[in-house]
Amino acid sequence: MRRAMNVRPGRGGRLLLAIVPFLILAAVYVLGSAERRAANPNDKLLPPVSEMAATTSRMAFEPDKRTGEITLVADTLASLQRLALGLGFATLAGLVLGVALGVLPVVGAGGGALVAVISMIPPMAILPILFIIFGLGELSKVILIVIGVAPPIVRDIAMTVQSIPTEQLVKAQTLGASTWTTIVRVVLPQVLPRLIELVRLQIGPAFLFLIAAEAIASDSGLGYRIFLVRRYLAMDVILPYVAWITLIAFVLDLLLARLARSAFAWAYVGERR
Amino acid sequence: MSAISVQNVWAEFGDQIVIENLNLEVASGSFLSVVGPSGCGKSTFLRMVLGQDRPSRGTLLLAGKPLPVEPDADRGVVFQRYSVFPHLTVLGNVLLAYELGQSRVLGRLFGAARRRALEKSEELVTAVGLGPHRDKHPSALSGGMQQRLAIAQALAKDPKVLLLDEPFGALDPGTRAQMHALLKPLWERLGMTVIMVTHDLKEAFNLGTRVVAFDKVRHDPQAPGRFGARVTYDLDLTRHGPVPVLGFPKKHAEAAR
Repeated sequence: MRRAMNVRPGRGGRLLLAIVPFLILAAVYVLGSAERRAANPNDKLLPPVSEMAATTSRMAFEPDKRTGEITLVADTLASLQRLALGLGFATLAGLVLGVALGVLPVVGAGGGALVAVISMIPPMAILPILFIIFGLGELSKVILIVIGVAPPIVRDIAMTVQSIPTEQLVKAQTLGASTWTTIVRVVLPQVLPRLIELVRLQIGPAFLFLIAAEAIASDSGLGYRIFLVRRYLAMDVILPYVAWITLIAFVLDLLLARLARSAFAWAYVGERR
Repeated sequence: MSAISVQNVWAEFGDQIVIENLNLEVASGSFLSVVGPSGCGKSTFLRMVLGQDRPSRGTLLLAGKPLPVEPDADRGVVFQRYSVFPHLTVLGNVLLAYELGQSRVLGRLFGAARRRALEKSEELVTAVGLGPHRDKHPSALSGGMQQRLAIAQALAKDPKVLLLDEPFGALDPGTRAQMHALLKPLWERLGMTVIMVTHDLKEAFNLGTRVVAFDKVRHDPQAPGRFGARVTYDLDLTRHGPVPVLGFPKKHAEAAR
């Protein structure tokens, strides 16, 4: 008998093992839903799959009577725009600041403590300040995402830069590099794979801040819709929306993982399968 | 010319004295091997010549001019590890040596300049025997191949001084002998000054035209950092050197070979 840690599933086995937990969860839901329906035909807590499918097709394919827009599409576009702007600015700021902190000792000494303190501010606690300063429009939501997501990226990138062996930086200088060309040709290429990993890890927090901001003050968006229909206990809307958000996040994560492995194959040589 | 002159150099870290009052004249084009026990300041000495560390007292001159206090293209270096860039292929690593110096904004060359640099890089890669591996990343290379790449990279800048910090310390004896066979003719052809720090006495004598040993002359058991190292042995191994090799007069040593 081999040790448990040495038992590796084959290709088919891996796929099967991945699917089984989902099937179990689905089965549990279907059984639970049927059970509650049998006890109370007006139950709203666990709507049957057929009901959710009907609601979803109404939200996703038929234009809303009042606005004339397709609700799910409009909500998704509004949310994705905020998410893309927020994550994009946060990534850019994280990369620039992180590399500066990591490469330049003067910036590291001057900004390191500041970044460490700022990253401890709970972003949700300053949401009211953002609403007061930037109003209730798009800007405050985007800025909330940036404030929530950028500090961890800054700190992690700075640490990644510092983990590049000094030998490499010295070597670059002996090859005639300036600070700038060292950053462009030696530091950046080695930091980018980690940056993609960080964006993957920050998709979750970014959605958290997005939905929180939308729940509090918005007139469109996935988070707005969920919190709107909560008043009517409309689980047949909430559950598909949650599934849709999860799917979006999952696909984003998958795409970024693929991108990192195809663009920076050298960084994943030692990866354990 | 690339003679190095070390004058009254001290290396102190806090109250820890690593090197005390070092005086050394390294002739242009010589191959200096530096040996000594661990922690005696061999690598500190190398880093000072490199410009990575600053001497706390004294001066270092290269061809009569003070050495810049940061690394530059005059002084090539091969470290024991981490000398090559993991994100570039073998050819890319050598090409980078040309690109970094010539392109100040993007650090990249294009068109004819790139083709010229590529030609030179390919020549160097072939010269160190990595021709068949030119498109591999360092992670796919053995330790010896990585060190050969690091040497090719350093040679690309045609440095006046080549500094080697235990370059073959992590290699097995066979690979090490190969590296010696590679390095010696390259040095003889290019005529640069080489300073090599090593733990391997055989290597030091095989390659060097001169061997110096660093050690602490005085010891205070209560304060190990009180006294620093200085040159305790200085052997000239060239044919004309007045110093006998290992106790034999030079001519006998030659005849016995």
